[in-house]
Amino acid sequence: MSEEKNGSADHGTSAAPPGSFKMILSLIGVASLSGILIVLVYQWTLPIIKAKKAIALRNSVFEVLPRTERMVTFRLEPDGSLAPLAGEDEKAVKFYAGYTADNRLSGVAMEARGQGFQDVIKVIYGYSPQDKNVIGMRVLESKETPGLGDKIGIDPMFLANFTDLDVRLAPSGKGLLHPIKVVKKGARQEKWQIDSITGATISSKAIGKMMNRSAAERIPIVERNLERLEKGQ
Amino acid sequence: MMQSIAPEKTGGVGTRPGGEAPVLELDQFLDGLWKENPVFIHLLGMCPLLAVSNSVVNAITMGLATVFVLVMSNTVVSLARNLIPAQVRIAAFIMIIATFVTVAEYILQAISLEIHKALGAYVPLIVVNCIILGRAESFASRNPVLPSVLDGLGTGIGFTFAIILMGALREVLGTGSLLGIDLFGESFEPWIIMILPGGGFFVLGFLLLCVSWLHFKTPGGKQ
Repeated sequence: MSEEKNGSADHGTSAAPPGSFKMILSLIGVASLSGILIVLVYQWTLPIIKAKKAIALRNSVFEVLPRTERMVTFRLEPDGSLAPLAGEDEKAVKFYAGYTADNRLSGVAMEARGQGFQDVIKVIYGYSPQDKNVIGMRVLESKETPGLGDKIGIDPMFLANFTDLDVRLAPSGKGLLHPIKVVKKGARQEKWQIDSITGATISSKAIGKMMNRSAAERIPIVERNLERLEKGQ
Repeated sequence: MMQSIAPEKTGGVGTRPGGEAPVLELDQFLDGLWKENPVFIHLLGMCPLLAVSNSVVNAITMGLATVFVLVMSNTVVSLARNLIPAQVRIAAFIMIIATFVTVAEYILQAISLEIHKALGAYVPLIVVNCIILGRAESFASRNPVLPSVLDGLGTGIGFTFAIILMGALREVLGTGSLLGIDLFGESFEPWIIMILPGGGFFVLGFLLLCVSWLHFKTPGGKQ
């Protein structure tokens, strides 16, 4: 510490300590310049970052809904109906409807989230109202262990579970007929089961659990608003 | 050996009356690369080094972000060295460093969301990377701009070199690929431990052993 004090003597300051005024002034100066710089960079990068996020989401919607050429975002209204969302609304519960080249509904993409092994996992999955199946799933955000848990986003065998996952609704219209179940790798017998990844059981189960909850809650909404979704407006 | 070198750097560089000394400015740049490498010799910046060296891409990004912050903060600290009273200099330096880290984070996010996501909390944590505050305090605040820029560049590239070396070793052993390109084919069983935190400590210990050994061997070495 004494060395530092000596060192600072060659900063060119006089022997007498500077008044508090100079200290405060210099800190205010540094803080204001820093603030201005940060605001400028923020303003400059914000549109780029927003555009990139939108593209990333769009790409994942197209990935989970095969044969999709065009998408429309719908918002869940308080009365349980769906309405097209113009512009942006970060808080809204969103449903992304995909349409084929001949304007037919190719499926509806929805987000699901739940606690994983490390942190919250966020996924997007595509639901086909014709087949009553989940037809695709992609991980949007996860901090799962690299090399183990993060396989939920890349393991082709695991992702193949979600190309024909049975999510038919119970006759009452509330909840799934067969809840989604995560089973041991290779033990998948029924279409509502998910083969887990060896070494990433907790992450696999987390995906199954969040999909089960999200599907039971959102697929009835999709089915109720199917006509509207098919019209695309 | 490590301990005998570390104080020399701070003392040696700090007392160098910048500009007047018969030291080539280029030396300032070269020192940081190997002889005074912040990681291998001073053992600074261990946290980001261990945390994000699990793949080469992450390591390169972290290294470049650190170079950017080091060079910019060294420049500004050097420019303002006569304006900031010594009593509040640390607070001012931290503020300057934090500003450039925030700038780096926004820019990184604009360049690639994927990499930003992979680095997670470690980009904001560059603020507390002691390499940066160390260079601001012991060098940039006592020297003119040009040597300070070179010092920041040298130290930053030295850190980048170290983190890329770690990243390459860990990625090759831990996944059997380099920069995502498969090296060994199907028959290779990846050593998953290498990309987990424990592997980071193994590789770091191994590299430090090699570097110490090299320093002992070299005739111009410290011992």
